Amino acid sequence: MQIDKNQLLRFTTAGSVDDGKSTLIGRLLYDSKSIFEDQIEAVENSSKKKGHEGVDLAMFTDGLKDEREQGITIDVAYRYFTTPKRKFIIADTPGHIQYTRNMVTGASTANAAIILIDARHGVIEQTKRHTFIASLLQIPHIIVCINKMDLVDYSEEVYNDIVGQFEEFSSKLLIKDVRYIPISALLGDNVVNRSENMKWYQGSPLLHELETLHISSDINKVDARFPVQTVLRPQREGFIDFRGYAGRVASGIFRPKDEVTILPSGFTSTIKAVHSDEGELEEAFAPMSIAITLEDDIDISRGDMIVKTNNQPEPKQDIDAMLCWLNTDEAKPRAKYTVMHTSNEQRAMIKEVVYKIDINTYNRNTEDKSLKMNDISRVKLRTTKPLMTDDYRENRNTGSIILIDESTNETVAAGMIL
Amino acid sequence: MSKYYLNYLDELESEAIYILREVYAQFQNPVILFSGGKDSILVTHLAKKAFYPCKIPFALMHVDTGHNFPETIKFRDDLIESLGARLIVGSVQESIDKGRVQEEKGKNATRNALQITTLLDAIEENKVDCAIGGGRRDEEKARAKERFFSHRDDFGQWDPKNQRPELWNLLNGKHFEGEHFRAFPISNWTEMDVWNYIQRENIQIPSLYLAHEREVVMRNGSWIPNSEFLKLEEHEEIVTKKIRFRTLGDITITGGIESDADTLEKVALEVSTMRQTERGNRSDDKRSETAMEDRKREGYF
Repeated sequence: MQIDKNQLLRFTTAGSVDDGKSTLIGRLLYDSKSIFEDQIEAVENSSKKKGHEGVDLAMFTDGLKDEREQGITIDVAYRYFTTPKRKFIIADTPGHIQYTRNMVTGASTANAAIILIDARHGVIEQTKRHTFIASLLQIPHIIVCINKMDLVDYSEEVYNDIVGQFEEFSSKLLIKDVRYIPISALLGDNVVNRSENMKWYQGSPLLHELETLHISSDINKVDARFPVQTVLRPQREGFIDFRGYAGRVASGIFRPKDEVTILPSGFTSTIKAVHSDEGELEEAFAPMSIAITLEDDIDISRGDMIVKTNNQPEPKQDIDAMLCWLNTDEAKPRAKYTVMHTSNEQRAMIKEVVYKIDINTYNRNTEDKSLKMNDISRVKLRTTKPLMTDDYRENRNTGSIILIDESTNETVAAGMIL
Repeated sequence: MSKYYLNYLDELESEAIYILREVYAQFQNPVILFSGGKDSILVTHLAKKAFYPCKIPFALMHVDTGHNFPETIKFRDDLIESLGARLIVGSVQESIDKGRVQEEKGKNATRNALQITTLLDAIEENKVDCAIGGGRRDEEKARAKERFFSHRDDFGQWDPKNQRPELWNLLNGKHFEGEHFRAFPISNWTEMDVWNYIQRENIQIPSLYLAHEREVVMRNGSWIPNSEFLKLEEHEEIVTKKIRFRTLGDITITGGIESDADTLEKVALEVSTMRQTERGNRSDDKRSETAMEDRKREGYF
C-alpha cells in the first residue's frame, strides 16, 4: 500500500433508517473489512436478543444506549474505513428535520455528501432538505445514490425518472458537482462491486467514485490566509530571538520572501521562514500546521491574520450571513453573542432577521423573525470590531463563524458569510 | 495530480497540532493524561511538534493504579526527563487509603473503575481546566460521538446529549469556574493510523508492544500476565508464551496476544491483518454492552 500518497476523504451521509443509510454504511465498512470479528459477534448477539435473524448490517452503526433503545441516531457519529487507495471519515447524521443542526455539523467539514433516495419513493421532502444543506454548506461533491434498486426490478426507467426529478428541483441550488449511482445497499449492487443486475449503468460503483473523486482542487489555493493561533517564543539557547507565529494555513500558499500584511493592524513585513518541527519549508499550503517568522518585529497575537499584501480579505463589521440555529433556547431579540471567526473572537449582535428558509420547499418567509433550533435564516450581524472575512462560497475557513451565548457558553449558531 | 495536497497521515497530524494549539490558547492549565500507552505517547509526541522550538507547555498527568507494568513506569520517567516536563501523579492507592474509594473484591477485581475518582480529584486539586486524552473515535461505540473539545460539568461528568456542536475548525472551549474540558486531538485516527505514524516517525514506545517472552495465564480468551496481583484459580496454569500487548492498561486486566511481531514494522503489518478490535482483550470493556459509555458518563478517560 502506498500510504505516503493516500489522501483523506471526509463525507457525510444523511438519512433515516428507512432509506437504508445505516445498511449502506454497514455495507461499506463490512466489505472494506473495517469491522472486526468481536464487533460482528456483538452485533450477532444483539440481533438475536431482538429476535432478528443473521447479521443486521445497520446495527454496526448503532451508538449510545438511548439511541439503541429508541432505534434512532441522535447525534453525528464518526466512522472510519480505509481502502488501499484512501482513508475515509464518514460523518453519519440523522436525516429528520428535527436534526438539521446535526446535518449542518456533519456537512461543515465534508468533501462529499451521499444523498440516498429510495427508488420506490423517488425524490421526497427529505431529499430536498439534504440537498439544500449540502448546497448551503458548499460540500464540493454530491453523490446521489438511488437505493433499493432490487425492489424496482433494477429498472433503468425508474432510475432515469428519479435523476430527472432530482435535476429539476436542484437546479435552483448552487451545486458544483453531482453524480448518480443506482445501488442496492442490502445486496451490494454497485456499492463496492459493479452490479450484474444493472448492465445499463455505465458509471462506477460507489466505492470507486469515493476513491477517485478529485478533491485536491477543492481547497482554495489562491487567497493566502494565515490566522495566528499562538506565538512561539522559546527564549532558550539557539532560539533567543525566535518569534514564531503558529497556526494552520486556512487557504492559499505561503513562501519565504512573500510580502505580507498583518490584519487588523495593517503593518507589512516579509516572511523570513516557514517552519515545521523538522526544519524550514519551501512553502506551506492549507491545511498545514506551521509556524511563520517575519523579517520585522511586529506586535502580533492570537486572532490576528497574516495575509499576502496583494490579496486581502474584506474587513467587515456589518455581516450578512446564513445562520443555522443550533440551540434549544431561541435567539433573544438584539441579544449579544460572542462570535468566533478563525482564531479571532469578538462580540456581535443580531441586528435583523431578513428571512427564514423553509428547507423543504426553499420558500422564504419574511414574516417570521424568530430564530429557533434547526432554523436556517438570513441575518444581519454587527460586530464590535471588524472581522477579516471572505465569502463562504470562496473560502470555507475564513467565511464561517459560530455564535456563543455568553450566559451559558454554549455554541448556539453557525453562520456562513455572504 | 496537483502537488498541493497532504497525505492522510500529514492531514491527521496537522489537525492534531491545530487542536493542541487551540487547547494551549483557550485554557489556563491544561495537562496531558498520560497512561504510558501508545495513544498518550503519540499525543505527547504531537504536542512536542506543535510547540517546537518551545518546550511542551503541558504537564503530564498519570493516574497511577499501583497495578502497573514496571516497564510503563520506567518509560514514563525517561520520557518526562527527556521532555523536561512536569509530572503530576494521582494515586489510586492514596484514594483508597483516604477512604475516597473502596477496593473491588473477587477474582476479577480491578482498580479500573476506581481511577475515575482519583482522576477527578487530581483534576480538581491541580485546578486543571483541560485534560488532553488519547481517546479515538474508532475505539468503542460510545466514543464515536465524542467531540474534539468535550465538555464536563462541575462533577466531571459527561452528558452525551449536552455536547456542543463542532463545526468547521471552530472549537469552543469556554467554560465556567469548576468545569473542565477533555480534549481529544487524535479523535480521527484509527489503530492502523497510529501504528503507521509511529513507524513513520520512529516514536519510542514501551517494549511491551513488541513480541516478547512472558509468564502468562489464559483467562477469558486472552493471556493475562503473571504479576504480584494475580490470584490463580485452581484450574489455571502459568505458562511462558511469546506475546505482545495491543493496548496497555493495568497489568491485572490487560490481555496479550500471541505474536512474533518484534519490530514496529512487523507490528504494523500484523495490525493490518487483525480481525479483532484492540479493546477486545480488555476485560474492563467486556463487563456489559455499555461498559464504556457508563464509565465515560461518570468521568472516565
